[in-house]
Amino acid sequence: MSFFEKFYQIFVEKGYYTLMLDGFKSTLIITVGALAIGLVIGTIIAVIKYFGDDSKPMRPLVWLCDLYTTVVRGIPVVVLLLIFFFVIFASSKNGIAIATLTFGINSGAYMAELVRSGLNAVNAGQMEAGRSLGLSKLQTMRKIILPQAIRYILPAIFNELIALLKETSVAGYVAVVDLTRAGTLVRNNTYNAVVPLTLVAVVYLVLVVLLTRLLRLLERRMSTDDRRRKS
Amino acid sequence: MIDVVNLEKHFGGENVLNGINTTIHKGDVVCVIGPSGSGKSTFLRCLNMLEKPTGGKIIFEGDDLMDKRVDLNAHRQKMGMVFQQFNLFPHMTIMENLTVAPLLLKKFDKGRAQEKALELLDRVGLADRANDYPSQLSGGQQQRVAICRALCMEPDVMLFDEPTSALDPEMVGEVLDVMKELAKAGMTMVVVTHEMGFAREVSNRVLFLDGGVIAEEGTPDAIFNHPQCERLQSFLAKVL
Ligand SMILES: Nc1ncnc2c1ncn2[C@@H]1O[C@H](COP(=O)(O)OP(=O)(O)OP(=O)(O)O)[C@@H](O)[C@H]1O
Ligand SMILES: [Mg+2]
Repeated sequence: MSFFEKFYQIFVEKGYYTLMLDGFKSTLIITVGALAIGLVIGTIIAVIKYFGDDSKPMRPLVWLCDLYTTVVRGIPVVVLLLIFFFVIFASSKNGIAIATLTFGINSGAYMAELVRSGLNAVNAGQMEAGRSLGLSKLQTMRKIILPQAIRYILPAIFNELIALLKETSVAGYVAVVDLTRAGTLVRNNTYNAVVPLTLVAVVYLVLVVLLTRLLRLLERRMSTDDRRRKS
Repeated sequence: MIDVVNLEKHFGGENVLNGINTTIHKGDVVCVIGPSGSGKSTFLRCLNMLEKPTGGKIIFEGDDLMDKRVDLNAHRQKMGMVFQQFNLFPHMTIMENLTVAPLLLKKFDKGRAQEKALELLDRVGLADRANDYPSQLSGGQQQRVAICRALCMEPDVMLFDEPTSALDPEMVGEVLDVMKELAKAGMTMVVVTHEMGFAREVSNRVLFLDGGVIAEEGTPDAIFNHPQCERLQSFLAKVL
């Protein structure tokens, strides 16, 4: 039987395409959810550190943030996932939610550095201009500094998204049926490794290529935007 | 309007301001001159607390800004500032630059804020650029927009830190003209400047800063035509 006949037999005749679709959906949910959580956590940490540098009352907060990033960066994400699933949320069986949270928390530690580099890239005069108008630190941050910072780091955020997408393939460790896990299940049930694994690999590949394309498009649009603004 | 009492500012071990005393009255146009590094910018930035003084008092409309209990943001709304490098918000249109603060601080509703912004832009001849981005404007135009942005909050006093020093020579005039208009309209202004012509023509008082103190103070006529202290005499000899 050729690869394509086998492919047809497994996914269409035996109906495993639904399993793969479910896995695909879970992977997308976990990835996008984790990105959102990571961005929020990363932004909060970056902002705390931005202001914490010259504010004594914020020292404990800064210390907490440092602790968070050190701990999260020091533990492999699979181990983190196992701890969340079997220890912290042992009573919950919502694997997708737990996986999303775990990857989000993990990503937040890296996103924090990213956002911070973006904040530092914004000219110090911007904060002064905002403050001189009577805006508070947080108002200036939200309306003036962050929007500029995000523009600077948009490409890096996309890279993080791509890394995240591939990273979520370990979600199967905690009984989540993501794309990878779905492939494994099909493999176990059909005693065929080549077909499901090829499909899984190709789907990841296509997603990553699409995201990369999108990033290029965005970068091009941003640079023409800038050119328009500068001309 | 602003009472400066024994103002001091140290950066680490460096004493930049060593006891400055002066009063800015309503309607004053005060020019601050002095050699580079004499503390002019630091003095101006202390007035709205962008720089925290290490000693003395800044009393603005009756409140000591050094007091931890005063609402600095509320006071800053009444003190417009114009920077040497314009510091316009590059991700916003000119209109958004002018209205972001009034809208966030609920000074005006959107319609009124835009109306006010257009009025101000019209006064500086840039009403047709409202939807452009700052980088599409020349330096002189950007600085005029920056002046409008500060004015949009309807401040009681305007602080200028060398507003024309970053400009190509042919654009200095257009910005100075706007400032002259503003002075004529009765705005209280404190202007750090190297434009001696402007100081002579527009101000009613000139402060000569040297070594972190006001070395001499007086009317433009007194300062430029009858300088007393030797430092001022040699400074003027260099710049005039
Ligand atoms: N943030 C800072 N940290 C340390 N030193 C500073 C800081 N800001 C200013 N200074 C020092 O304070 C002194 C006065 O600076 P300031 O900018 O007030 O001078 P200035 O009169 O405005 O000079 P210029 O005409 O060159 O603008 C300088 O010696 C400068 O090095
Ligand atoms: Mg200066």
